[in-house]
Amino acid sequence: MADTPKNKKKILAVASIGGHWIQLLRIIAGLASDYDVSYVSSNPKWAESVKGKFYAICEFSRWDAWKMLICVPYVLMILKKEKPDVVLSTGAAPGLLVLLLAKYVFRKKTIWVDSIANVAKLSACGRYAVKLGVDHVYSQWEHLATDKVKFAGNVLGKLGDAE
Amino acid sequence: MIFYTIGTQAPFDRFIKMIDEVAPALQEEVIVQTLKGAYVPQNVKVVEFLTPKEFNELFAKARLIVAHAGMGTIISALCQDKPIVVFPRRRELKEHRSNHQIATADKLKELGYLYVVESAEQLKTLLLTSELKPLCHIGPIASSSLIDAVRQDIESL
Repeated sequence: MADTPKNKKKILAVASIGGHWIQLLRIIAGLASDYDVSYVSSNPKWAESVKGKFYAICEFSRWDAWKMLICVPYVLMILKKEKPDVVLSTGAAPGLLVLLLAKYVFRKKTIWVDSIANVAKLSACGRYAVKLGVDHVYSQWEHLATDKVKFAGNVLGKLGDAE
Repeated sequence: MIFYTIGTQAPFDRFIKMIDEVAPALQEEVIVQTLKGAYVPQNVKVVEFLTPKEFNELFAKARLIVAHAGMGTIISALCQDKPIVVFPRRRELKEHRSNHQIATADKLKELGYLYVVESAEQLKTLLLTSELKPLCHIGPIASSSLIDAVRQDIESL
């Protein structure tokens, strides 16, 4: 992307490294030409896999959730600086934190796409995303869709279109 | 070359010990990606943390991928037309926070996307006696229906 016109809406795309990140990029691949995208992940070396602006925040999970406190000030700074119109995350826990701060501190629109790895039920973070009012929550499995959880296909680009 | 990987999140000693056991019987180089602090195998070449670029380079060179049932590795294999064998992490052995890898592996096996093994014995049999093929190919991008739905959410600001 050579230019990023001012009228393009801005997405802050957030995912931990590994499968969450790969899934995020497969969604962004279909949006990048129409939006201005900045990225947040959990390891600075992952900056090499994208063209946009990139931030690394600390990784934490339900097993060490206290670490989230360390992340909060930096996440607030990123949101303040980037001023995204919408924040999109494919997980895991740090992604949910960014969504919640974006929604409740900065009043931004938030989207959670639960990892395709969660076949049997929504991830714990995905269930929190629903409970805590993330604006749009997706499962990548049709049988997990409810009135609050949408299904519209998946990151493989195969199953979802076929069904 | 067989690329054997546990992903970026947590050690997986049970899986690494498996290849250490099986490798001497194989007539092929095995490169094992593990994590610092995990069990160090004796019979195979080991690499630790890999950046996406380094990971992709090893991936591209491999004939076959053997991995934990992590979606990052599975998606990479399907994208690059590599046959992939997975061995799911188990919650009760503290290998992951939930048993979702078992569910993922079962479902993707049912859909005909990959091979699943449950023991060193099964892995050995599969590697020694079967001609493994890439079972499914996917493109570089998510379902257009998912992208359109997300786009609609963004536009409905």
